[in-house]
Amino acid sequence: MPSLLTQIPKHTKYRHRLHLPAQDPPAVRYILPIQAANMDDFNSETDSDYASYWRDWFISSRGNEYFCEIDEDYLTDRFNLTGLNTEVQYYQYALDLVTDVFDLDCDDDMRETIEKSARHLYGLVHARYIVTTRGLSKMLDKYKKADFGKCPRVMCKSHPLLPMGQSDNPNVKAVKLYCARCEDIYNPKSSRHSAIDGAYFGTSFHNIIFQVYPALIPTKSTERYIPRIYGFKVHAPAALIRWQNGEKDDLRKRLRKLEIDSGFADDGEIDAEDTEDEDAMIEGTQEGGEIANQA
Amino acid sequence: MSSSSGSPESWISSFCSLLGHEYFAEISEDFIEDDFNLTGLNSQVAMYKEALEMILDVEPEEDEDDDEDEEEEEGDESIEGEERITRNRAAADRRHQRIASDLTITESSAEMLYGLIHQRFICSRAGIQQMSEKYELAHFGVCPRTFCDQVRTLPVGTSDVPGVDTVKLFCPSCLDIYVPPNSRFQTVDGAFFGRTFGPLFLLTFPEYDLSRKGQDVIGTGRSGTAAADSGEREKINGMNAHNLAPGLGKGKVYEPKIYGFKVSERARSGPRMGWLRKRPADIQELDEAAHFHPDNENSDEGSTINGISSRHRHAKAPRQNGGSPMSVVTNGEI
Repeated sequence: MPSLLTQIPKHTKYRHRLHLPAQDPPAVRYILPIQAANMDDFNSETDSDYASYWRDWFISSRGNEYFCEIDEDYLTDRFNLTGLNTEVQYYQYALDLVTDVFDLDCDDDMRETIEKSARHLYGLVHARYIVTTRGLSKMLDKYKKADFGKCPRVMCKSHPLLPMGQSDNPNVKAVKLYCARCEDIYNPKSSRHSAIDGAYFGTSFHNIIFQVYPALIPTKSTERYIPRIYGFKVHAPAALIRWQNGEKDDLRKRLRKLEIDSGFADDGEIDAEDTEDEDAMIEGTQEGGEIANQA
Repeated sequence: MSSSSGSPESWISSFCSLLGHEYFAEISEDFIEDDFNLTGLNSQVAMYKEALEMILDVEPEEDEDDDEDEEEEEGDESIEGEERITRNRAAADRRHQRIASDLTITESSAEMLYGLIHQRFICSRAGIQQMSEKYELAHFGVCPRTFCDQVRTLPVGTSDVPGVDTVKLFCPSCLDIYVPPNSRFQTVDGAFFGRTFGPLFLLTFPEYDLSRKGQDVIGTGRSGTAAADSGEREKINGMNAHNLAPGLGKGKVYEPKIYGFKVSERARSGPRMGWLRKRPADIQELDEAAHFHPDNENSDEGSTINGISSRHRHAKAPRQNGGSPMSVVTNGEI
């Protein structure tokens, strides 16, 4: 089995372009059982017959499950890369590596550095690519397959997540996961994902996708957890929950006045809100029923 | 805790060391041996007696009829006859099979029984103390919510009845519940922890600094900080104000933005769930009794809603442990 890294063509420029149109994802996926073991095996001269794409290897390697594949066309259009040359070390070599035209003879350390730069470059281009029409649809497919995981919040009932960054600048915050149902952000479960830079997804992508595909917006649920002790609500959290429900009702009233669909599961039902109010009143009069750890 | 003094191979400790049972506390044998604590469980668990014996590592006492069998067989053994031996072997095989299948049934009902006792035990004084030690060491994991910043969670159930739902993690910082990250906990019944434990824990240990990260605690050992001066602390509705949902409120609500611009709530894709993570800027806004009072100065109702007038409550010096009936001391603190 030829090592992974030797599959990156070094001698034959543009060889793969003969076989595959750039728009189609490559049919052959790498199988990489010996990936880690051969990291420094860069210089071995074995040639391979694989249609080799650095990007293909990158997105299929472990830990990079959140990334989608960037089209060749997008990468080769210099306009899309504006400003990245100052952000990435060895920009030109890194770009060559990403586009599979890398043919520099250099030592292992150098290759390692360039490889790192290439990954960084790919991430930064990725943040731009996923807000394009094609990028959005690729990420949509992954979202539908729940490739980014599911919301850990019990009331969200395993709603699929979307990756996001809290900053558009690299090396600030790691990637987080956004749940469209509770509109909150969560840390990835696995440590191999929590090491990914959030800037590789950006602060806007997960909001843009719902503007482009409004049908994807999940119905919001007012269901929530209420702390109880032997069936009785606990006074302090219950008071906070009542206050939060007040905020929610204000929001719904505002939206109703503007005739905007609020998107809640029980929307349009004025009754629903009335019963909530009643509930609140009942709670209010039965406050003795709450366990108050009174000081 | 007394169980740890027993043999290391006790059923309870081996049960608690099983993969996926990391959240369980070791119930003390004293607690199980007190029949009062087991009230009503015999109707909920099949083979209750056998299960209880298994948990307590009592040598299974054979039932009367079994005893007879055994004596008979023992007697048989002394008489050497080929016919007898074959018959014995067949009987032994049969018995062995029966015992094997019985064992698995007993084992599973013992686990069920242990879980149900556990639900009660962790709400008792000794149990909640033990769970607080586990909490301090972050045995129950941390909150996955980004703005909660890795605070420690507590295991809870969404039902007190077994077989309804699996165990969940209650984050005291955002007052929400989450699915444990590891799938091995998806086989643990939530009823083994119950609905009560999580909130009761908060009221029992009001001095805990809930906003401390699990990571820090593991790093520094368990040295109590923060709660050092528990003299004058802001209280709200019977809880320390800084402990009421510290993970919520301004700056801890996610605001959706596109290229730096906030998404308006008027947009169809705009924010709708902000309320879930909000907290009033002035926490005293939540003191409903105090707000109710001035409006109804002359009405008796205002002052009797909670039995005590809110004004009185503020005047009184805060009692030790917030007046909790279960005066348990926070580990290593006070």
